[in-house]
Amino acid sequence: MIRLVPRSDTPALLQVATPVMAVLATMIAGGILFAIMGYDPVAAIKTIFWDPLFGLAASYSRPQLLVKAAPLILIASGLAVGFRAGIWNIGAEGQYIIGAITGAAVALAAYPAPEMWIFPAMVIAGAAGGWAWGMIPALLRNWFGASEILVSLMLVYVAQRIAAWMAFGPMRNPEGFGMPGSRNLQQYPAASNPELIAGTGAHWGVVAAAAAVLATWFLMSRHIRGFHIRAAGTAPRAARFAGVRPETLVAFCLGLSGALAGMAGLFEVAGPAGQITDKVGVGYGFTAIIVAFLGRLHPVGILLAGLLLALTYIGGELAQLTMNLPAATVQVFQGMLLFFLLGFDLLTRYRIARRVTA
Amino acid sequence: MNRRQLIASVAAMTTISLAVPAWAQDEPLKVGFIYVGPVGDGGWTYQHDQGRLAVEAEFGDRVETTFIESVPEGADAERAITQLVLAGNKLIFTTSFGFMDPTINVAAKFPDVKFEHATGYKRADNVATYDARFYEGRAVIGTIAGRMTKSNKIGYIGSFPIPEVIQGINSSFIHARKVNPDVEMKVVWAYSWFDPAKEADAAAALLAEGVDVILQHTDSTAPLAKAQEAGAIGFGQASDMAAFAPTPRVSSIIDNWAPYYIKRVGQVLDGTWTSEATWAGIGDGEVVIGEITEAVPAEVKAEALALRDKIAAGEYHPFTGPLNKADGSAWLAEGQTATDEELSGMNFFVEGITAEIPQ
Amino acid sequence: MIDPIALFLLLLSASTPILFAALGELVVERAGVLNLGVEGMMIMGALSGFATAHYSGNAFLGFAAAALAGALVALPFAILTQFLMSNQVASGLALTLFGLGLAALFGKPVEGVKAPTMAAGPLGLNWIVWLGLAMVPAIWWFLNRSRAGLILRGVGENHDAAHALGYDVRQVRLAAIAFGGAMAGVGGAFISIATVLQWTEGMTAGAGWIALAIVVFSNWTAPGVLAGAWLFGGVTVLQLRLQAAGVRVPVQLLSMAPYLATIIVLVAISARQKFSRRAGGAAPGSLGQDFHALR
Repeated sequence: MIRLVPRSDTPALLQVATPVMAVLATMIAGGILFAIMGYDPVAAIKTIFWDPLFGLAASYSRPQLLVKAAPLILIASGLAVGFRAGIWNIGAEGQYIIGAITGAAVALAAYPAPEMWIFPAMVIAGAAGGWAWGMIPALLRNWFGASEILVSLMLVYVAQRIAAWMAFGPMRNPEGFGMPGSRNLQQYPAASNPELIAGTGAHWGVVAAAAAVLATWFLMSRHIRGFHIRAAGTAPRAARFAGVRPETLVAFCLGLSGALAGMAGLFEVAGPAGQITDKVGVGYGFTAIIVAFLGRLHPVGILLAGLLLALTYIGGELAQLTMNLPAATVQVFQGMLLFFLLGFDLLTRYRIARRVTA
Repeated sequence: MNRRQLIASVAAMTTISLAVPAWAQDEPLKVGFIYVGPVGDGGWTYQHDQGRLAVEAEFGDRVETTFIESVPEGADAERAITQLVLAGNKLIFTTSFGFMDPTINVAAKFPDVKFEHATGYKRADNVATYDARFYEGRAVIGTIAGRMTKSNKIGYIGSFPIPEVIQGINSSFIHARKVNPDVEMKVVWAYSWFDPAKEADAAAALLAEGVDVILQHTDSTAPLAKAQEAGAIGFGQASDMAAFAPTPRVSSIIDNWAPYYIKRVGQVLDGTWTSEATWAGIGDGEVVIGEITEAVPAEVKAEALALRDKIAAGEYHPFTGPLNKADGSAWLAEGQTATDEELSGMNFFVEGITAEIPQ
Repeated sequence: MIDPIALFLLLLSASTPILFAALGELVVERAGVLNLGVEGMMIMGALSGFATAHYSGNAFLGFAAAALAGALVALPFAILTQFLMSNQVASGLALTLFGLGLAALFGKPVEGVKAPTMAAGPLGLNWIVWLGLAMVPAIWWFLNRSRAGLILRGVGENHDAAHALGYDVRQVRLAAIAFGGAMAGVGGAFISIATVLQWTEGMTAGAGWIALAIVVFSNWTAPGVLAGAWLFGGVTVLQLRLQAAGVRVPVQLLSMAPYLATIIVLVAISARQKFSRRAGGAAPGSLGQDFHALR
């Protein structure tokens, strides 16, 4: 009989080894899947994991990894702070959408003014929109004890419908021949979020994601607030005796993750996506939750997890393109990867021991 | 830049553009497709993929086609299109309205690659646009609907209130009324191209309103299933939906992209491709009326087919005056036909439809 | 004129898929597990049910297969969350992705074919509609009157206490997750077998997410789930019905209303519990938390 014993600290080797083991296991299971489907398993796995980095068109796909990973990392950094305190914001998707809308609203209101202040104002508005949307579950929890998990999830649906309303109503492009969707912000220089250095893929969202990784690392390991957050997550009662106010933490964590998600939405809508449509939320907010856990709620882990997921997205597209692998096969493969990564993570938190019979 | 200027400037550019040398025959032409949905959607994307397969069947070894399916509109589209370019595709079809700006962006970076964007209005030297005159097909099924209804109430499930859908509602209503002056049209907006449960609810709502013929501009078979339950009839949309024949599906309006795709691929192969806006209809085989089943009386079938043939031959335009707008104001005078420009921005119902277009 | 009885019958049919899925998720959440993979289990049920109904020619066999498929696809989630201590939210999201992909992959052979016709039950409604309605009192009775239900609620309320009393927390939760999967599967199959009569990729179109909202609205009670399913289904049916009657309705704003109502209900119940310190009522105490037995 075996049993699990919680680890007090994880050996460094295991920290690195478990995700590698999970990826290897996915390659084996995925390879079997591809072989059953009639595709060359080695070629498929090489296409997904290797070609985006070192393949023929890698000079294009490598920067695209940053574009795809940036919103995931930006959102997940914020979420992880809350998760470590036991504050579960699962509505980042909603905060992302609202941030995109409030940020774009500034640009659409200013159109076609060329002033320099427009883009910074949009970033602030996007962050403020996300922050406000995140504060709703925070306040409802603090005032009435309503579960922030459920309120934040419900607010995703509300945000999605606000986006549809905006795309068909107030924000519809007056020069768009009656089609839904706002003006394209890529074509409005003062409001656009372009590639900063050609060929790198890096737009302001990538810069912000990098900054968020550094800032949350500093917060969690060097700042007293980070200590409080960790204390609240591991020993809530002790933290309370030590003078940590749970209400403050709830507002701080939901506000922070909301603001970062809102900024991610704004960078996306002003950059790669370009316009507010009814489909402005493409699931980054939900995928970021997975990224946060795959990254073990640690800033560096999140950085790597975000890049890994981006790799499978882009590699999956390449596999469709070069091997005619159906999109569904890629989706199943990604699902398997997540299952394995989540499952193998057990080894970092628990030690497997033989049950001693007394 | 407004549309008129855009068309003028594009026209100017295409006239001075030189003929591209014929394609080297030893290497296959790579043709890429970007789909907004899965190939298995049984509707919009499925029909585009049928067009792709027709290209392969037509040109054999001379072409090589690839596609990326379920590409979200927005940021991911631009990357997917670029990936197709980098994989060596020289002609790329982007098959959803939401791919418009991404297509234009990528096209600007790769002037030697040709792009074809479906249903959009922005073009460039190497970006052509294409669309189908679905309203022509709607005129034919509107005629059948007008003849077949016993309650004199026809239901229409619209996806989104955009010009293409509004054209279809107007066209089917005009022609239903032409053969049946007592006919009324009930319109329900599903706000989705594909949501089976909601489409079923929409059909049920129309049936409860006394409708016995349902027209749909959404992609699932749910409205047909509901019609079957209630003993009403409907029409296949986008694909033939033959599984529901002979009734409730009495006919269908099929998007047939094959002739256009074959034509354009052929033009790239022989070096005669130019950027243009194509809006083809029944005459070009792009809109096809599916088999009219035995549930439709022979004389109605004959009438519908006669109308189809007249439209195909260019002898009749479905929007021919006298026609007034729903608010009673005059639109087209006797014998006058609607211009393409009016149609592509259509945002009003014609006189006789009591529903309102949501703003 | 809108006939209210006809509208109600319409609503009964329309709300069946979300009713099944939400009743299943209710039991799962009462056991203390938050499974966000409802959409993935529904779509697998929709496919398996449809394929079985098509090949066997028997729609009821299809629903049985859908229940089985829903329970099976929930298995990875159950293993991850109950044995490997993975986070429930992340595992549930992965399950949604996995289920949607798997269904699309296996669904290719049955594209374009039609489901066998089902004989209608009383009032012209499908038998599965009646089964769904019957499940409401059955689950209510199970949760509130049966011993097994009491244990299940105990596990959900405080898993450590339940464990200390000698109950096998994992076993209870495994059973609940499987049941939730089966119910979601049947709900999904109702869409493919009874509503659309065909299989198409992505055909559940977000119904699983609505089911999650309904459970919150229900305040974790079976009658509440029925009310929630009728509210969420009712808003859609009503706005479409009004449109058909020629009434202009603000569709987007109206479709937002049930979610806002859910938040208000949740807040009201939480507030009552917080200020009057009455036990019971709101979310199960251990909802979404990992359980690890130290002894």
